[in-house]
Amino acid sequence: MRMKITLASSALVVTLLWRVAGLAQESHIGKLVGHANRGKALYRRYCVFCHGEYGDGTGESAPYLDPKPRDFTKAVFKCRSTPSGSLPLDSDLYDTISRGVHASGMPSWKPLLRQERADLVAYIKTFSSAFQEEKPAAPVPIPPEPPSSQESIKRGGELFQSLNCWSCHGKDGRGHGPSAASLTDSKGYPITPFDFTSGTRFKCGDSDPEMFRDLVTGLDGTPMPSFANAMTPDQRWDVVHYIRSLHVSRKHSEVKIQSAGQ
Amino acid sequence: MERQACMKLKYAVIPAWVVVALSLSGRVTTGWASPADASTSLKGTAKFEGTAPKPSPIDMSADPLCAKARSTPAATEDIVVGADGGLANVVVYVSDGLSSHSFPPPEQPATLEQKGCQYRPHVLALQANQKLEVVNSDETTHNIHPTPNNNREWNMSQPHGVPLEQSFAREEIAIPVKCNVHPWMRGYIAVFKHPYFAVTDKNGGFELKNLPPGTYTITAWQEKLGTQIQKVTVAAGESKPLDFAFKQ
Repeated sequence: MRMKITLASSALVVTLLWRVAGLAQESHIGKLVGHANRGKALYRRYCVFCHGEYGDGTGESAPYLDPKPRDFTKAVFKCRSTPSGSLPLDSDLYDTISRGVHASGMPSWKPLLRQERADLVAYIKTFSSAFQEEKPAAPVPIPPEPPSSQESIKRGGELFQSLNCWSCHGKDGRGHGPSAASLTDSKGYPITPFDFTSGTRFKCGDSDPEMFRDLVTGLDGTPMPSFANAMTPDQRWDVVHYIRSLHVSRKHSEVKIQSAGQ
Repeated sequence: MERQACMKLKYAVIPAWVVVALSLSGRVTTGWASPADASTSLKGTAKFEGTAPKPSPIDMSADPLCAKARSTPAATEDIVVGADGGLANVVVYVSDGLSSHSFPPPEQPATLEQKGCQYRPHVLALQANQKLEVVNSDETTHNIHPTPNNNREWNMSQPHGVPLEQSFAREEIAIPVKCNVHPWMRGYIAVFKHPYFAVTDKNGGFELKNLPPGTYTITAWQEKLGTQIQKVTVAAGESKPLDFAFKQ
């Protein structure tokens, strides 16, 4: 009888482990379900050169890249819809693969099928046990955007100064504030703050709601903090409008509003 | 036949879970003296041997609000030596001997203050999952950015007076903390899974209280000077001296 109990309980444990491991090797993006075993083959074909066989960002091309390829074993990701310190959602990783990361070696992988991108997400998650041990927090809410106005841009500019955005991004948003030269990413490599006059192709997407989201979540693994506690939602929209107004070479409505008032 | 096997399995599973539950609950209570009864004490100092290095001055002129907040000139805090060579900011803790007992985090939060554009304390120790209150007493906006290896990395902007509460889930000695806005700011947070740790005061003094009688490995960690290890045995009601010496 005792023998049977041991057998039964170990069978149960094995079943549970298999089940847990099985779940962790899946990704869920909407109705799309990705599978790690299929993602592995794709990873070895498309990703391994930069991100490395073990997902630690030390592929053959890594020495020639700046910024460095993501180290998936740390499970720290810049582009998330979840608060600072949280794991990303599967859809966040899927979006990054699809979008690519501007001003880095990471291209857009839209040429791959949606299913293939989902499979890659599932495989990338197997490089860190964090995805089995923890759950991502709920995504941050993004309220509807109020219309841009000269007052909103002005308020955003004041916040840009008072919240020390200028320490890194510079008083005029050109990315050369007094702290800019000291900045490093979580691996200790130098990292430059965004020059807002150069354009708005931000790493994690260039729409207004995506900029708003970046202000709430921060870009984990970089010096860009979360402003979740530091600003009200309305204030964040003000900062979004202000940053748009800095992009002088392209006629955003904010640039027109700003120049009309001068 | 198959149905019979199924029934057997069903009954076998329940006791297996009961056994697991019992063994888990037993881990916390059996063979463990209540810390309140132990009244042991390990008391001593951490010392710096040789000539103490001079702290370097910090130029805070990049942020006028930082420069304004200071009545005394700021200096680096990586090696702080007090009276009689006492070494401050050393984390002294039990690194072995507590076996696998689990300790719930205290209700009382630990507090890390940003004041005069430096961290107070420079080295903070707390328990895993204990609340960490981060306070910004400066007029300027800081971002508090711990860079852990074994915990989740977070990075929060904190203007003056805005409350911020965080915690760390896993033991890690010690997590460097920085403020990207003010690159000279640096501190450490040591996270423990038990309550038997102390950070030396400005004269190097520390005390580890209420350890249950037993033999322990005590480690002293300093951010620049590395770690020192000692073995010590304490009996019930016993107070023992314990000193550490660091060299550059």
